[in-house]
Amino acid sequence: MSVETTAVAKKSLFTPFNLIATVILIAGLVVTVMRFTGGLGTVTNLDQNNPWGLWIGFDLLCGVALAAGGYTTSAACYLFGLKRYHAGVRPAILTAFLGYALVVFALGYDVGRPWRLPYPIFVQQGTTSLLFEVGLCVMIYLSVLFVEFTPALFEWLGMKKIRNIVVKATLALTILGVILSTLHQSSLGALYTIVPSKLHPLWYSQYLPVFFFVSSICAGLSMVIFEGTLSHKPMHHLMDKEYLDNHDGLILGFGKAASLVLFGYFAIKVIGLAYDNNWHYLATGYGAWFLVEMLGFVALPSFLYAVGVRDKNLTVIRWAAGLTVLGIIVNRFNISMVAFNYQLPAAQRYFPSWGEITISLFVVTIGVLAFRFISTKMPIFYEHPDYKGEH
Amino acid sequence: MLRRTFLGLLGAAGASAALATPAKAANKHFGPHPDTHGVLFDATRCIGCRQCEQACNEVNELPAPAKPFDDLTVLDVERRTDDKTYTVVNKYQTSKGVFFRKNQCNHCLEPACASACFVKAFKKQPNGAVTYDASVCVGCRYCMVACPFSIPTYEYDEPLTPRVRKCTMCYPRLQEGKLPGCVERCPKEALTFGLREELIKIARKRIETYPDRYVDHIYGEHEMGGTSWMYLSGVPFSEIGMREDLGTASAPELTAGPLAAVPIVVGLWPVLLGGIYAVSQRNAKVANEERVKAVKDALRRAGDEAEKKLHEELGKAEQASQRRIEVEVKKAVEEALAPKEEDAGTNEEES
Ligand code: SF4
Ligand code: SF4
Repeated sequence: MSVETTAVAKKSLFTPFNLIATVILIAGLVVTVMRFTGGLGTVTNLDQNNPWGLWIGFDLLCGVALAAGGYTTSAACYLFGLKRYHAGVRPAILTAFLGYALVVFALGYDVGRPWRLPYPIFVQQGTTSLLFEVGLCVMIYLSVLFVEFTPALFEWLGMKKIRNIVVKATLALTILGVILSTLHQSSLGALYTIVPSKLHPLWYSQYLPVFFFVSSICAGLSMVIFEGTLSHKPMHHLMDKEYLDNHDGLILGFGKAASLVLFGYFAIKVIGLAYDNNWHYLATGYGAWFLVEMLGFVALPSFLYAVGVRDKNLTVIRWAAGLTVLGIIVNRFNISMVAFNYQLPAAQRYFPSWGEITISLFVVTIGVLAFRFISTKMPIFYEHPDYKGEH
Repeated sequence: MLRRTFLGLLGAAGASAALATPAKAANKHFGPHPDTHGVLFDATRCIGCRQCEQACNEVNELPAPAKPFDDLTVLDVERRTDDKTYTVVNKYQTSKGVFFRKNQCNHCLEPACASACFVKAFKKQPNGAVTYDASVCVGCRYCMVACPFSIPTYEYDEPLTPRVRKCTMCYPRLQEGKLPGCVERCPKEALTFGLREELIKIARKRIETYPDRYVDHIYGEHEMGGTSWMYLSGVPFSEIGMREDLGTASAPELTAGPLAAVPIVVGLWPVLLGGIYAVSQRNAKVANEERVKAVKDALRRAGDEAEKKLHEELGKAEQASQRRIEVEVKKAVEEALAPKEEDAGTNEEES
């Protein structure tokens, strides 16, 4: 590497971001050692009544939902023929790939014997389990995402031939990706259909798989906007004209779609409520919290998106995206933690420990660092000069 | 079950039936097996002596408890099972005075744990016991999430080889023809082991014979699709810490819908997405053709216009040159005539 880049690297080494990241990484390593020497009990607040905590609620449920940008963007671009979103595909695929890889990585902490994670697929298949479906789909989809990501890698490495072969398979990969996503996004919700007695009626529904699937679309669209906004400043110098030119159009288009899908999600949630005739629960404490989720994190962003798109106001759209992302996290937390085991006395309820929070931050930090590394090295936000305008 | 048949047909029609059909079939074949045994617990007979707890601890070779089994003060707080305790007896103050209730795995006829486990570590044995195989368990703990009775427990302190722990209905002892440890030890015959069918008959008989003593309900006969352990009580079951809102649908039934949706998605999605793709391609093609045509038209129109203009220009130019010629001719004529006139003038003057 040239002298110049080393100098730049040296200058930016002590940014606040890097300092915080370093602290989190060190803390994460400490907790990792504790986890694998002392067991789950030493670092988590999990217990016999609460077998799943933050690592499932955040790392798995939110992780998978927020990585939905991959299939939504590539479907919009390659299947629905919205070619102008092309520039958004690579960042979205990269985010999704890293997201899923980290989900699997984080599961290594949560499951008791992580090296057996391939067992359900290769040793003994529990096909009656919805978790089996989740595992199978996530495994295959992770591979699909990796393949979808490789063109950027091969362009970077200058491997033309294989890159062109992969690019030819784009359509097939996209369809496969959408099928797999539909299946496991909804199966994550379906995991909870087995526990009508443990999940609060306002959140329990036979429609949970549908809710999870539809909300994953909202999550995917919003994450693309949200993350485009986040990477805009630090990555600006890397973005080429095509990306920048299309970026505003992409935000408007995705904002419009998100507004509609959120509205639809709101509607089916209400239908679910009516179907189970759960109206009377709305007057309880859980009901109030349910209304906060529904009005503040579904109806409001849907409205904001609509206003932002009408006025072509990108700032409002970005706020709506942030709110939706937060709303997805609230929803997944509600199902996995807040409304789960609602019948237990307060003293037996679960609250995450510092160890669990540290590992979750650790995982997110690794994700951001990996994203930053790859997107500064490989053609993610710009088209590789050798392959310009090929699509 | 019209809906099921319909979904089944669709599933079979789909290319993907391979994944879903065995899932659905297996989903329904946990039980009940004709040889299903069980235990009937009678809360009106239990005196809370904790002998069953001790027997369980001994036959399963579990670690010694913090307080000895003859210390009955532990009954003052409600306890639950854990990885070192497969069964507990709790004391309840009820509308009819103090009652005790034993808690352990209920060995469901269609166990939630078994249907939830993604490596089939749990198995409903023909004799009724639900057993667990630690050699394949991944430790995901979905079984714990799924069990409506919150029975499976986990070795949270084990860093590398944690196991799920729960009552096995003393499966190894049953194989040897022995009774479950707790049943054998109970001094009050609050526990009765036998064929599940027989147990239901015994329970009915007791309720009929002593209608004042029992509430008219055999807990576990239908709860969550039925369990091998069943309960009789003198007070409503909610008063002895048992949930009465579990319903009769078994866990596999609860998840049958989402599982049945899998083949539909796998079968239908490629078709739909392919359709959407085709439409969008067609749109793009039409749009493209239209663009090409528009360009051609524009070119043609531009061409026509240019020609017209050329004509006009040419016409104009012709006119202009015509005029110039006329002017020139006129000029020449004038020039030619002028001297003559002059001459004529002079001539006239001269003459
Ligand atoms: S009570 Fe729970 S652990 Fe026991 S068989 Fe039923 S579902 Fe499984
Ligand atoms: S913890 Fe073990 S037994 Fe329980 S569901 Fe997971 S793999 Fe199966």
